[in-house]
Amino acid sequence: MSACGIAGLINIDGKRENGRKVVDMITTMLERENGLGAGYACYGLFPEMQEHYCLQLLLDDRQSKEAVEDLLVERVEVHKDEEVFTRKVKGMRGPYPLIWRFFLEVPRKRIDENPDLEGEDDYIVDMVMEINSRIPGAFCMSSGKDMAVFKGNGWSHDIAEFYDLERYSGNMWLSHSRFPTNTPGWWGGAHPFNILDWSLCHNGEITSYGTNKRYVEMWGYKCTMLTDSEVVTYLWDLLCRRHGLPPIVASMAVAPRYYDDIGRLADEQREVAIRLRRTYANAMINGPFSILVGKARPVPTLIALTDRKKLRPMIGGISGDEGTVFAASEECAIRRVERDGEIWAPVAGNPLIARMGDGIVWDGLKDQSQYKRMRVIA
Amino acid sequence: MRFNGDRIVPDHDNCVACQRCAMKCPQGAITIKENEMAFPAHSAYTERIRRIGWEQASTGGVMLSSCGNDLPYRSIFDDLVLDAAQVTNPAIDPLREPIETRCFLGARPDRLDFTETEDEILLDTEMSPGVMLRTPIMIGQMSLGSISYNAQIALFRAAMETGTLVGTGEGGLHSDFYEYGSIINSEVASGRFGINPPYLKKVASLEIKIGQGAKPGHGGHLPGEKTTEMISQTRMIPKGTDALSPYPHHDIYSIEDLQQLIYALKESTRYRVPVGVKVAAVHNVAAIASGMVRAGADFITIDGFRGGTGAAPRIIRDHAGIPLELAIAAVDQRLREEGIRHRATLCAGGSIRYSADLVKALALGADVAMICTPVLIAMGCRVCQQCHRGLCSWGIATQNPTYTQRLDIDVAARRVSNLLYAWNEELREICGAMGIDSVESFVGNRDRLRYLGPNPRIAEILGVKHAGEAWG
Ligand code: SF4
Repeated sequence: MSACGIAGLINIDGKRENGRKVVDMITTMLERENGLGAGYACYGLFPEMQEHYCLQLLLDDRQSKEAVEDLLVERVEVHKDEEVFTRKVKGMRGPYPLIWRFFLEVPRKRIDENPDLEGEDDYIVDMVMEINSRIPGAFCMSSGKDMAVFKGNGWSHDIAEFYDLERYSGNMWLSHSRFPTNTPGWWGGAHPFNILDWSLCHNGEITSYGTNKRYVEMWGYKCTMLTDSEVVTYLWDLLCRRHGLPPIVASMAVAPRYYDDIGRLADEQREVAIRLRRTYANAMINGPFSILVGKARPVPTLIALTDRKKLRPMIGGISGDEGTVFAASEECAIRRVERDGEIWAPVAGNPLIARMGDGIVWDGLKDQSQYKRMRVIA
Repeated sequence: MRFNGDRIVPDHDNCVACQRCAMKCPQGAITIKENEMAFPAHSAYTERIRRIGWEQASTGGVMLSSCGNDLPYRSIFDDLVLDAAQVTNPAIDPLREPIETRCFLGARPDRLDFTETEDEILLDTEMSPGVMLRTPIMIGQMSLGSISYNAQIALFRAAMETGTLVGTGEGGLHSDFYEYGSIINSEVASGRFGINPPYLKKVASLEIKIGQGAKPGHGGHLPGEKTTEMISQTRMIPKGTDALSPYPHHDIYSIEDLQQLIYALKESTRYRVPVGVKVAAVHNVAAIASGMVRAGADFITIDGFRGGTGAAPRIIRDHAGIPLELAIAAVDQRLREEGIRHRATLCAGGSIRYSADLVKALALGADVAMICTPVLIAMGCRVCQQCHRGLCSWGIATQNPTYTQRLDIDVAARRVSNLLYAWNEELREICGAMGIDSVESFVGNRDRLRYLGPNPRIAEILGVKHAGEAWG
């Protein structure tokens, strides 16, 4: 059995689902973890603070908290801050970090005085990179709007209890349990990884890490953590937010079709596929992976994708009332919370995309060329 | 050998150590032994140094040589070891699963602009011209003149078969070869020999040669003995004259001038083909490469200090330039730091001896490898370093009909194709062993290399960890 479990759900009618459900999903796959890290991301979490970025930080001590506060005071307008609820859990070993949440806005003048920035998102990305790389003992777990990440070093059931996830409800949840091989178990290294409102849960090991890392670094991202999942998160931010690729196109960039398959496409589609492959050659993710990607804007969207050989598992599902879409490493995770409804296995390298309001945009079963007509106009 | 009446007798004066006699002897009766009657030992005044002094005292001239630098500098490629997948990232068996080695020569845009409408996804980004290669191995620049007609045609056929490009070297393209235009990467060097509009329109890509790894700071040198009738027509120069191309391009004294030539070539080929620039790996190569990319080069070729030549002053061949490994790493890194790495394909040549060097060059950051000496070896070359004499007994680096007719075009083409296939297969094996199924994910993946040499400073410049250090 391969390492790591992932599970996610999205309510496509915009209803809020309690954290219990995703915890039930991920903890079912106990054999996929070894107690060295787990985490959750919840979207649609702070409806009353929707317009504010929510920075959720892991802090070693008061000193690192002060350093972060000094930086925030200088850079942004903090509207509210609070300690994130946590409790001691039997079996989890300390030291526990201090976990703090800040709701903030970027003052307009900050953007105006910095012509290189395209917008406030870039400003936040830079600030998060700075916190993670420059302030000792501080790590920003999440930095999106209307969402947050809860993660740490422990079993998935411990982490759920530690943060008391049942106190939270949201439209979309992602979760991850770890069986780390390459990187040490530490709080910041658990999944989901996040930048802005992109979150990523990743099962696998990326053999193209060096290439991908150097590619995102060229676009200004700093890879400060010792892991491939961080790079993949930045890739999604780069491709979808900064380059504006539709999610299905971004999936085709990171898990491109084989040239032999491209050769069999109709002319128009083939040209698009070749340009995509050529331009994003170094964004291609190689090696075994299955990932869950969540984004919040404009509406919460869940993307589930595997490598093009499908060396890691991924199952999709929809509830009997057709209100909730699921994606998980194993069928049991979905069956635990949903007895009825349909289950299917998306094809290798073909994404499952579900969007709040629209439902299943793409089920990952047919060739992507059937999604929409794709053509070149330049 | 020569005839003495009705007998064949050895003629030692003419021996160039081509070893053809031993290779071709039907009885396998010839053994060649190194002449051990040597100069008295001296570790500072080696035999080589004493011979040079002796020769120069006789001729009063510049020592010429050919092939690549043969001094025993350390090969950094040999100090690099490769990674392999175990347990967590399964290895891929290239015999059972696809492992792709296709790549493109040509600039890539920063990004693609897509618009999604109700029922369509529209792509609104133009691409620069690009040539799809079936393997990231190109055959480098060897001119008709430095090598024979038969040798060149064999290379063209091999490139046709394997789906890659081959350089013409300086000296234009013989009209017989126009049919191979689709696989030709034509060189535009300082002498501009043989460059004319009909020819430019036929080829797949153009490469401006500023410098060559074997002789940085030098022009071309084709000895008059090699300028036959055929060469004189192709190059558009008088028969029997030395074809000496100037050291610099006399219309390029700055990067702006280079930009003008790049765009003049782009204009004259109607922006249909990628235009590249080749330089020798010299000390400041990273900054120079950045200038070349900014000047509009669609691909850049870095030629290492072990690169071959048909004729070059020995002092330059042996002592100028820097190792290719360091140059690839420095150029790739610099272009990334400046955010322009995608604007040009990075080709690396001159030092790549076999497939192990190829894969290491790619992992260090080159998109494509360019090779010359290995394909000559495939055709029979014994690396005797006598190309400049025009007496290549294998019919490769010569225009003498007695020798050129020895090179069987079909056999030579077959052998070069075999070599390229073999290297490509070995590249696939290495990718598969690392759990990578496409060469795009291998290029610049320095994480999969480790340094195992004596000088950690080299590892630092290469951006490669030392063996024993883990990922991350
Ligand atoms: S091409 Fe011919 S002359 Fe040149 S090194 Fe090879 S065998 Fe010798």
